Amino acid sequence: MKRNSWLELGVGIFMLAGILGLVFLGLRVSGLGVGVPSNTFTLTANFANIGGLRPQAKVTMSGVRVGQVTDIQLDPKWFDAKVTMELDSKYDGKLSDDTTAAILTSGLLGEQYIGLTVGGAPDMLHDGDVIHDTQQALVLEDLIQQFVSNMAK
Amino acid sequence: MTRYLTALGRATLDTLSSIGRAGLFLVQSIICLPSREGFHLWLRQMHFVGVMSVAIVLVSGLFIGMVLALQGFTILVGFGADEALGQMVALSLVRELAPVVAALLFAGRAGSALTAEIGLMKATEQLTSMEMIGVDPLRRIVAPRLWAGFVSLPILTVIFGVVGIWGGYLVGVEWLGVYAGSYWSNMQDSVNFVDDVLNGMVKSLVFGLVVTWIAVFQGYDLIPTSEGISRATTRTVVYASLAVLGLDFVLTALMFGDLG
Repeated sequence: MKRNSWLELGVGIFMLAGILGLVFLGLRVSGLGVGVPSNTFTLTANFANIGGLRPQAKVTMSGVRVGQVTDIQLDPKWFDAKVTMELDSKYDGKLSDDTTAAILTSGLLGEQYIGLTVGGAPDMLHDGDVIHDTQQALVLEDLIQQFVSNMAK
Repeated sequence: MTRYLTALGRATLDTLSSIGRAGLFLVQSIICLPSREGFHLWLRQMHFVGVMSVAIVLVSGLFIGMVLALQGFTILVGFGADEALGQMVALSLVRELAPVVAALLFAGRAGSALTAEIGLMKATEQLTSMEMIGVDPLRRIVAPRLWAGFVSLPILTVIFGVVGIWGGYLVGVEWLGVYAGSYWSNMQDSVNFVDDVLNGMVKSLVFGLVVTWIAVFQGYDLIPTSEGISRATTRTVVYASLAVLGLDFVLTALMFGDLG
């Protein structure tokens, strides 16, 4: 009996370690529930080119994380990318109507994310509103093409 | 000429019937009703197969994470992208290395022992005597081992991944001086729980089933001599490793093939 209970204890610790490890992989490694505010409001923005933006990319303002991208779809009306993002609800009604959204890259090869910059308009953005002033992702090929065609002149 | 043809046909038939036996064997052992006694047998095997393999998994996971960070750093720093180290270590561990290397270690550590154990039981006619007294050896000997392997390999894989990521942290952040915040945040931005972590778990469930299946079947089906046991043990490790590597490619193609 004594030996059996040690055995059970060992197996119990083993399985607990497995569950804790999975929780670690979920929370710490894949970032589930980290930095995702529970109360959010939704904004959409249309971009001409999203580059490598993916769902779950962060949305920042002055470099501070304020939300994340939840959905990216092609808008069938204008044939550009419609990006849906969730922002912390404490900014609901605080961002001006002429806020601009730009797709930025962290570092040379890093993840792409959305950076918001507030404007000065008196009207504010609310849940479900659309950001009109957007700046598309920087595509390296386009840049090189411009550079080459400028050189040729 | 006819002799060769006969030998070829014999070998093919032997292989086919051995695959058939293995399939029947798996079905017969897996569908047995759980009982209180069966639970204790399973617990004992969990201890032998799972808990006793923790040490080797901890050590190899740590070293693999450390070497990944070291190699990755020297490559990434050339692009000025050493912040992406956490992403590289975590993705390669969670998607690929943790399931595969843990399964290979498991085949060597637990699979060969299972084959030798069951093989010796067969050689000393313990299995036959169990049948004589009306105990089904599939249910008493094989089923607990199969289930133990199936449950413990995913747990070992999780432990491997966690220790590997920690080892990468030790080398990358503590030693080579990557900023800790970007190590974790790059990792969190790029690792997706469902696509990466859960797919890795699915892989290790499949590997757990296949490796233990091969191990117990080789033990159950061997020629009951000392030479037969040694051959079956070798076959277990060889077949299980090949099966893991081959299945890994197939599963990866199914899971990540469309992610680009």
